Amino acid sequence: MAEAITRFVPDGSTVAMGTSLEPLIPFAAGHEMIRQQRRDLELIGPISDALFDQLIGAGCVRRVTAAWVGNVSEGLGHCYRRASEQDLPRALEVHDHSNFSISLALWAAAWNVPNLPTRTLLGSDIVNTNPNLSVGFGVVNVGAVRPDVAVIHVQRADAMGRAHAWGPLGISEEAGLAADKVIVTCEELVDVDVTLSDPNRILFPETKVVAVVHEPGGAHPSPVQGHFKRDHGFYREYAEQSRTVEGFAAWLTTSSRCRIALPI
Amino acid sequence: MSEAYTPQELMVAVASREISDGDLVFVGMRLPILAYAVARNAHAPSARGLFEVGLMRDQPAAGFLGTMGDPPNVAGALWATRMSNAMALMAQGHVDLGFIGGAEVDRFGNLNTSYVGDPAKPKVKLPGSGGGADIAILSRRWVTLMNHERRRLVEKVSFVTSPGYGDGTSGWRELHGLLGGGPAAIITTLCVLRFPEQGGEAFLASVHPGHTVDEVRAETGWDLTVADDVDETAPPTGSELAAIRRFDPDGFWTRSGFRPAGANEA
Repeated sequence: MAEAITRFVPDGSTVAMGTSLEPLIPFAAGHEMIRQQRRDLELIGPISDALFDQLIGAGCVRRVTAAWVGNVSEGLGHCYRRASEQDLPRALEVHDHSNFSISLALWAAAWNVPNLPTRTLLGSDIVNTNPNLSVGFGVVNVGAVRPDVAVIHVQRADAMGRAHAWGPLGISEEAGLAADKVIVTCEELVDVDVTLSDPNRILFPETKVVAVVHEPGGAHPSPVQGHFKRDHGFYREYAEQSRTVEGFAAWLTTSSRCRIALPI
Repeated sequence: MSEAYTPQELMVAVASREISDGDLVFVGMRLPILAYAVARNAHAPSARGLFEVGLMRDQPAAGFLGTMGDPPNVAGALWATRMSNAMALMAQGHVDLGFIGGAEVDRFGNLNTSYVGDPAKPKVKLPGSGGGADIAILSRRWVTLMNHERRRLVEKVSFVTSPGYGDGTSGWRELHGLLGGGPAAIITTLCVLRFPEQGGEAFLASVHPGHTVDEVRAETGWDLTVADDVDETAPPTGSELAAIRRFDPDGFWTRSGFRPAGANEA
């Protein structure tokens, strides 16, 4: 994991993560970015259940391009609030989307067109604050969003990067196709004959995949269908701990994957 | 004498009655997940639920759901797919009813889940739209659930994340190209607000047992119109309560403090 993040997620990268919404969130990869103290990332996602909040709190993030950032079972993202309201630990730029429009932004990049038209977001102020959205001829034009790298956690993958995921897929396929590079993290590293036995289930072409990381439990505390449930207690405790800067800093130093001391 | 219940249990029961048999419901998060389960088990046995994560179901999930993406919601699903496929159905007008959580709502049913204050330097940064704006614009009708407080039910929202009837003028949604019909009801901890058939301004339709019209008006940030036939909200029936408690056995959503309604609630 450390090598994959070091090599393929340099400072300033645009990174799509959490593309299956609540399940299959690549927490281990995100925490490695925190541990390596990445800076100036742009995070891209639909809704983000706690992971974006953690990266923002750790000072890794310059911009968020997403539909929702918080804690799905508990509510507000406290680090997201502090960054937006008080520039703590640093100023944060936000490009708001809806779930539908961020999907379209990634499909636009996947198909290599400047934008895609949609009827969603008509009448919403989101079109006024996000510079990548414009209204004309009765539609909203959603500008392409091209991630440098998409980090996708799946149930199983082979060493060649053929990734199998099941359960709801959210915007994972378009994120993988739109990105220049894909890092796959997986519960199980399997033989080629397993992945090729069901090629319909392969999420994106192996030509996009630059790294496969065998990381069992790498989505914890988010759920992985067939492996483990969502750890609701984690989200509740994190919501409490991250309520203050000091509490969040304490969470970072004790989190088994991050273990960094944040200058307050 | 009816059984004791919490405000959230009443809200779930009221929300479930908005679901008609045969509806395709864009379910959303939190209390609406329970409302869907209650309706399926009572008056809407052939309703289907659609979840933006990329799921369609008929039977409610057998286990507790903290989020719509939890494994019990996937087990037994009719369809596990990508989000854009679920959105495609809604864009075609196939979603009869959607649920949206709101942090702030105004008299014309516009919801704010993005920014309180100036977006460039917000007083409060709320989580954002999620699928809320999509539901508000594309579903045939939608309902929102929220805690009834004067700071939440405001004259005018500072940011329209999910449009209702805009500035309230006749035909506002058609003029701006919004496909769906707009908000049908605001279900709060105190009452139910509804909208005229052709849209426009919310009015007080029923007050929950134990509360008064005056109390509702005092907690509402605009001069609220009260329907001539304003009624008392029907309390949850024994079977509605039994269903709610079966699907929320530990009271995570309905008996342990107020976890408001909807993925984009704050």
